[in-house]
Amino acid sequence: MANTTSEFDTIAAISTPPGEGAIAIVRLSGEDALPVANRIFKGRDLQKVASHTINYGHIVDPDNGEVVDEVMASVMRAPKTYTREDIVEINTHGGIVATNHVLQLLLSHGARLAEPGEYTKRAFLNGRIDLTQAESVMDLIRAKTDRAMQVAVNQLDGNLSHLIKNIRQEILDALAQVEVNIDYPEYDDVETMTSKMLREKALAVKNRIEQLLATANQGKILREGLATAIVGRPNVGKSSLLNYLLHEDKAIVTDVAGTTRDVIEEYVNVRDVPLKLIDTAGIRETQDKVEKIGVERSRKAIQQADLVLLLLNNSEPLTQEDQALLDATKGKKRLLILNKTDLPVKLDLSQVKKTVPQQDIVPISALTATGVDQLEQRIADLFAGGIDNSQSTTLVSNARQIGLLKQADQALTDVLNGLQADMPVDLVQIDMTHCWDLLGEITGEAYQDELLDQLFSQFCLGK
Amino acid sequence: MEVHEYEAQSYDVIVVGAGHAGSEAALAAARMGNRTLLLTINLEMVAFMPCNPSLGGPAKGTVVREIDALGGEMGHNIDKTYIQMRMLNTGKGPAVRALRAQADKHAYHQAMKDTMEQQPNLTLRQGTADRLIVENGACVGIVTDTGARYRAKSVVLAAGTASRGQIIIGELKYSSGPNNSKPATKLSLDLLAHGFKLARFKTGTSPRIDGTTIDYSKTQEQPGDKAVHHFSFDTPDSHYLKDQISCWLTYTNPTTHQIIRDNLDRAPMFSGEIKGVGPRYCPSIEDKIVRFSDKDHHQLFLEPEGRRTEEWYISGLSTSMPEEIQHKMLHSVAGLEHAQLMRPGYAIEYDVVEPYQLRPTLETKRIRNLFTAGQMNGTSGYEEAAGQGLVAGINASLRAKGDDTPFVLKRSDAYIGVLIDDLVTKGTNEPYRLLTSRAEYRLLLRHDNADLRLTEKGHQLGLISDERYARFLAKKAALNKELARLNSVRVKPNAEVNAFLAKKGGAPLKDGILASEFLRRPEVSYQELLQFIPVPTENLDHNVVEQVEIQVKYAGYIKKEEKKVARLKRMEAKHIPDRIDYDAIDGLATEAHQKLKKIQPETLAQATRISGVNPADIAILSVYIQQGKIAKVDD
Repeated sequence: MANTTSEFDTIAAISTPPGEGAIAIVRLSGEDALPVANRIFKGRDLQKVASHTINYGHIVDPDNGEVVDEVMASVMRAPKTYTREDIVEINTHGGIVATNHVLQLLLSHGARLAEPGEYTKRAFLNGRIDLTQAESVMDLIRAKTDRAMQVAVNQLDGNLSHLIKNIRQEILDALAQVEVNIDYPEYDDVETMTSKMLREKALAVKNRIEQLLATANQGKILREGLATAIVGRPNVGKSSLLNYLLHEDKAIVTDVAGTTRDVIEEYVNVRDVPLKLIDTAGIRETQDKVEKIGVERSRKAIQQADLVLLLLNNSEPLTQEDQALLDATKGKKRLLILNKTDLPVKLDLSQVKKTVPQQDIVPISALTATGVDQLEQRIADLFAGGIDNSQSTTLVSNARQIGLLKQADQALTDVLNGLQADMPVDLVQIDMTHCWDLLGEITGEAYQDELLDQLFSQFCLGK
Repeated sequence: MEVHEYEAQSYDVIVVGAGHAGSEAALAAARMGNRTLLLTINLEMVAFMPCNPSLGGPAKGTVVREIDALGGEMGHNIDKTYIQMRMLNTGKGPAVRALRAQADKHAYHQAMKDTMEQQPNLTLRQGTADRLIVENGACVGIVTDTGARYRAKSVVLAAGTASRGQIIIGELKYSSGPNNSKPATKLSLDLLAHGFKLARFKTGTSPRIDGTTIDYSKTQEQPGDKAVHHFSFDTPDSHYLKDQISCWLTYTNPTTHQIIRDNLDRAPMFSGEIKGVGPRYCPSIEDKIVRFSDKDHHQLFLEPEGRRTEEWYISGLSTSMPEEIQHKMLHSVAGLEHAQLMRPGYAIEYDVVEPYQLRPTLETKRIRNLFTAGQMNGTSGYEEAAGQGLVAGINASLRAKGDDTPFVLKRSDAYIGVLIDDLVTKGTNEPYRLLTSRAEYRLLLRHDNADLRLTEKGHQLGLISDERYARFLAKKAALNKELARLNSVRVKPNAEVNAFLAKKGGAPLKDGILASEFLRRPEVSYQELLQFIPVPTENLDHNVVEQVEIQVKYAGYIKKEEKKVARLKRMEAKHIPDRIDYDAIDGLATEAHQKLKKIQPETLAQATRISGVNPADIAILSVYIQQGKIAKVDD
């Protein structure tokens, strides 16, 4: 059998399948699996624990100290692992947001997103799988590649790659100036690239990358749907609203491959805003059983939601439970839906109305289906600005792109720090080039030769 | 009348051409114990500088030191014969500082010829190689125009611009090698007959003028450095030249440009007379005027060609305009109003072996035991030629000894490695010049650490003597000792230190820190650091001090580059078997398939650098190799 290869960098992906489950697993494989995991894991030092152990701890975002999840991390050292490389498996609390966040952190701290079939590919390359299985791996890789190529082609036409190309061009201009001053020091007619110019360039590019990163959330909404929680106390009409929204001609997708969820999510298209309805199972379950709705369960849904639809019963006075939900959704994007408007009004909202804009209070009757149009319009209005494709706003949605952009942003921070420390421009350039490379990975084009062409087209050189 | 052929002597290694590539190849072969024949069209042209009388500069200067560290001759030879030495880019970081020397071109030629004459095992002979002797797919010798049939175990071709060379000056065009030497008219025809693909390149040189007719008062002086620098590890500081000769700077002007524009119809570059591809980075003056029409002046450096001649080279004025126009151009320039032309500038077209036909050892893929080096492989520049000559000479020697271990420098080892990898992987559409921007790890490929990178290899090859190796090890030990010391001694935050820092504009120390961390501050030099810590027990050489300073100050960046190299090395460890059949691999993109077949990369890392081969192709290739199908073929 072949020796263990160490040709590949460290990869990460969510390894549990989509579907209901109490936990999700984020798996890391590669030479740096342990150090990468260690960077975001607070608990025992994973690099020191024994192999094949499970370790309790927390995932903490090193940038802001925020605790992302309480987890168990399994450490398995090479070679007795699936890929024959070091593996860390992080067991998270199921939810897609927390799990995605864990993945995101790994990607911005040294891992790269695993390609489809890559764990298996490594298992093969490292001699873990036999040769007959390898043929099918080949097919797999090829299939995925074709798809990846399509994706790349789409990207080339798209806004994002256009934007990245522009940013790269700006960096290239700056780099070419640095280079030309190095390779032709005797030529004074080449404009001297001062560190001031490099700083300005770095700041400008950093600004644009950060703008792009700010869209990451919107991009995610487009790709994954706007996480929407329908909450309210029992019998307030959640199920009716749900059924109305899920009217079969509106249901667009019920499953998305490649993501892991602890609950089945359902998707509806509301006037071109994709809503991902959270915990629809919970809504249905509680409908049947006459048990007190778990406010806890609602709270969890609220936490994950980008939008909360809070139902209140228009025909009854405000209860403590209603108040608790109103408090729990403060600071969230929310719509207050007054259901049962077909019955006499008993709800007094004078207190609530002081803090909630009138247009976010939508009276409906799920029974007679009145007001639902207005509700849909309100949802569309709320999010149209952010996710209208026809607008020039460029969105990043994919975890790989976000990871690379974050690293590129870090490289620019290094550039600025280097300049601050009076490092020579040709050294600072190392970080600038790194940024350029990372952005090139997003668009899939990165050739050193470009730099030379740039150099020669812009400057009159040589003797 | 037909020349009668005769069986002449047998050698281990034959080198054809005694320019900068051929000289290094022949010396390396002889020094590695091979009976070596160096054949040159003209013995007066040994290590001749037909263009700039200078060596070094960014990237190129590093190559000279790399050659020196590997046991080549270029560094020694320039240190014996320079007339001016300058360190360039001193205001920039250590990765791009570069040493450049003006050579006495006659002394340079003579010194190299002397060295070769004194070299045991080496025969220097005037003669022109007409064709190869090839048996069973291997080159076993060459035949000269005088009919001599020389046999050898391996052959290095370094024919330079002599290969079907043609000089062009305005409307005049004639068959010639560089500087009106005899061209090699038959060798490239023989290579074509053997199936090699050749390309036609163009280069050129500037007019030479009589220094007694220059009005220096209208130009600016460019003196050499006072501080001691040499190229070779062997040259003692005490040899540093006191009476250096200056260069002088002047400029073209709108009148010069108008003269050129008015006569573009007579410029072979634009009349269609020259078909060869010229270098972008070293354009002729007429090319510059056309391409950069908004510039109203260009720099011209006046460079002395030697200590005992009044002939001067005009750097920046390469041209193939008619002689009549060259006079006018010259006289329009400040300081050259009355300058007398001694030799007109000219363009030269020549044959190039398309370098994708070579292995990283510079052996041809088509004919075993045949190596090519230098300008013949599509490069430009003496240093680029010499670096290739050395690598080709070493590999030809190993082959002659029956040793099949290839000697290949990686991109992370040396600029020479970058150069050869670029040539054999990417090819070149124009005369190739090394630039620091071609090296992705240039902070590691500094000229100051060339000895640390390569002396070990030179010693293993037998090209670095035990005596020099011992001196090298002593330097290395002193360096490591001092680095270790700086990582253990602490600087205390006392009033003296903080007064010093305040004067330098740095933040004061609050706590004691390691000496190395203190030195990392941009405002602190090594000499200044020594005020606050005990001085080292041994007196450190200035080269060691320089090294300590660089390694400590730039440790963060160096580490970043080393990380990149580590990634590359893993890919380099993946060899692609010789007999791989790309037609048998399903799923490769068409372009990748064609390129891989043409270039036949030797490692996965090399394959990734071929333009048109994308990561998906690499994945497929990688899996295919690992499947072991190829291994079966090899068994």
